[in-house]
Amino acid sequence: MSQHPLRPLPSGRRSGRPALASALRIGRALFNSQYALMLEFRAEILLWALSGLLPLLMFSLWSGAPAGAAAGISPQAFSRYFLAAFVVRQFTVVWVVYAFEEDNLLGRLSPLLLQPLPLIWRYAAAHLAEQATRFPFVMVMVALFFWAVPEAVWIPSPTRLLLALLAAHLGFWLNFLLQHAITMLCFWSERASALERFLFMPYLFLSGMLAPLDLYPEAVRRFALLTPFPSMLYLPAQLASGGPIDALAGFRTVAVWLAVLIPINLLLWRAGVRRYAAMGG
Amino acid sequence: MGSTSTIRRHARSIARFWSSSLAAEMEYQLNLLIEVAATLITLTGSLFTLSLFFGRGQQLGGWSWNAALVVLGIYTLLNGFSSTLLRPNLGNLVKQVQSGGLDFVLLKPMDSQIWLSLRTLSPWGLPEMVLGLALVVVGTIRSGAKPHTTALLTGGLMVLAGITILYSLWFVLAATSIWFVKIWNATEVLRSLLAAGQFPVSAYPPALRVVFSTILPVAFLTTVPAEAILGLASGGSLLAGLVLAGLSVVGSRALWRLALRHYTSASS
Repeated sequence: MSQHPLRPLPSGRRSGRPALASALRIGRALFNSQYALMLEFRAEILLWALSGLLPLLMFSLWSGAPAGAAAGISPQAFSRYFLAAFVVRQFTVVWVVYAFEEDNLLGRLSPLLLQPLPLIWRYAAAHLAEQATRFPFVMVMVALFFWAVPEAVWIPSPTRLLLALLAAHLGFWLNFLLQHAITMLCFWSERASALERFLFMPYLFLSGMLAPLDLYPEAVRRFALLTPFPSMLYLPAQLASGGPIDALAGFRTVAVWLAVLIPINLLLWRAGVRRYAAMGG
Repeated sequence: MGSTSTIRRHARSIARFWSSSLAAEMEYQLNLLIEVAATLITLTGSLFTLSLFFGRGQQLGGWSWNAALVVLGIYTLLNGFSSTLLRPNLGNLVKQVQSGGLDFVLLKPMDSQIWLSLRTLSPWGLPEMVLGLALVVVGTIRSGAKPHTTALLTGGLMVLAGITILYSLWFVLAATSIWFVKIWNATEVLRSLLAAGQFPVSAYPPALRVVFSTILPVAFLTTVPAEAILGLASGGSLLAGLVLAGLSVVGSRALWRLALRHYTSASS
């Protein structure tokens, strides 16, 4: 492959069309085909959505825990925070390492690598399409939650909502790039997905899924905020639920981590493709 | 019926199965390091999370920090048990149904439920079981409960009952793959809901407490055994746990029989 994988596609230029329009066209086609595919797996995706109930479980614990009241967080604030965390989690879940590993082991990777499209975009489109498939399920679950816990009902301010949506989407990309970096190790090892656990564990304990970071001891909280994990959950959840948050510092952390992860992914991808020798080869 | 010889034959086969799976897994000794590291990180995180509920002499659902450690220890123990036996075997059951390999299992001169439930043993859950047990011991000693023989015996019995219930939940879910081929994602839902067992069931709101004692008996997996070990369990909950364990075995057995009657192999 002499064509550099992440350079804009040549086809658009050759036909005289601007590269951007061409990229948009490809993006739309990718998304639509992946969405059609994901719709076939509705039942599975519903089950995946249901397996993310942990934040709601934590809400039921925290709303009755004396420690929560002692920290000055009301049951209502907990309900909003954890519902927001639940929704954010639904739209930041990443599974690229498993999809890639399977494609690699089953030999599906070779034809995909021949296409004049960097693989990462195909997987990213699959994730976005899966999120679109999840959307109605998540909305039903939110409605059920509001029905069960009516005092949780709130409407975030438009600014906060926009910032939360932005933060959640950037959080998805952070999570995606982080796991994609591990995914690239599939070029060197057959079982790179085993390493994903070492991403999930710090994510579980530092993202704010089990408790708002405000309840953490100061030193742990400050350490957590240096890692990329709170950007994937705590930041968007606090923005949406109206909790106290230093949004500027939060987005700065997101920017720094994106700036770190993008070149790492590029380097690993280039080195990996050069090393690729197809399964069984 | 030579039932003792049947049992002996099954036991001998299972011993062979396990020693061969252990020998196979020993090819991947680096895994042990990875598992120990992962278990230690997870346990540290869980202890930290639990500690957030216990600032300044607070309690969680009437449980002290040390007593709650026993619950977390039993949860860790059961989690290790799941990785050692339940996940590898019952994941395999689903695959056998999808590929049609179940046909060959049914032909074997061995009980199919036992074969499917005990065929392999993955040693990588053992570090978690050991650490879970250690946490139980630490929590019990620190909470000042006198190590009564009766309390320890009932505790051990209730842990066994919990393991039985947990097994039945997994097996029933895996067995339904005979009807719904792609059931495996449902085990992720089960796994995420079982995470509720890390905390004493009395910490949950009343409505959830009812759910966790009936539909999804998380209470009998961790809380009741912990109460038994600490000598706090009521006779009623002990009896309920044992009855539930018995019922779950009978239920899983009956469901498996029913499933086999509906089994039509993969290609038909």
